Amino acid sequence: MINILFFGKLRESLGVSSLAIEPDAVTHAIDVKSAIYQMHPEWQALLDDPSTQIAINQTLVSLDAPVENGDEVAFFPPVTGG
Amino acid sequence: MPAKVRIQANDFDVSAEYDALKEVNTPYGAIATFVGLVRDFDNRSLDAIELECYESMAQKSLAAIAQKALARFGVNQLTIIHRTGRLAVNEQIVFVGVSSKHRRSAFDCVNFVMDLLKTETPFWKKEITASGEHWVDMKESDAARRSLWE
Repeated sequence: MINILFFGKLRESLGVSSLAIEPDAVTHAIDVKSAIYQMHPEWQALLDDPSTQIAINQTLVSLDAPVENGDEVAFFPPVTGG
Repeated sequence: MPAKVRIQANDFDVSAEYDALKEVNTPYGAIATFVGLVRDFDNRSLDAIELECYESMAQKSLAAIAQKALARFGVNQLTIIHRTGRLAVNEQIVFVGVSSKHRRSAFDCVNFVMDLLKTETPFWKKEITASGEHWVDMKESDAARRSLWE
């Protein structure tokens, strides 16, 4: 399974903080988005916001980054700590 | 351990953190500390903030920032503490403390850590006011200050 996490305003807008998807047909971060849209087409506008950031196994990546079974993939808005 | 990183809901004790830096500071001549507080800067009747965190990534991020800072400024000891959860106005959010041979490297190191933390480390602030709640947006000025270190 690939574990997906959402944080901040994105988590609140989706109403979900985590979900898991089957790794079939998922080789890159962009495929994770496609798999999510198949389950939840109504989330596409929120996740496609150009400011949304993606991390794989706690490291920021771009949409062309590879994803493997067992990875943790997180989506979140720009950070505002400090 | 030249770098200490903590993420916690509880408050921190600035004098204890200062003493810990001073304890290991024998051959070093300077300590600089910074504390960030919850502030109602626009007078919008802010009650509190809620600080959300992606903790496993935030730990990695702060540890990486600390290692970059130690290498870049040649400082001795660095402490970074960031709180999570609900914090009222005037409560402490973040502590950065550094011991160093010289004042300039100590202050530069603190600024470097804060500029990177504010643009890289996964924390998100939600403001809770009398009229409702809203998530804080990223500031372009923070990104601009971050880019000055490149």
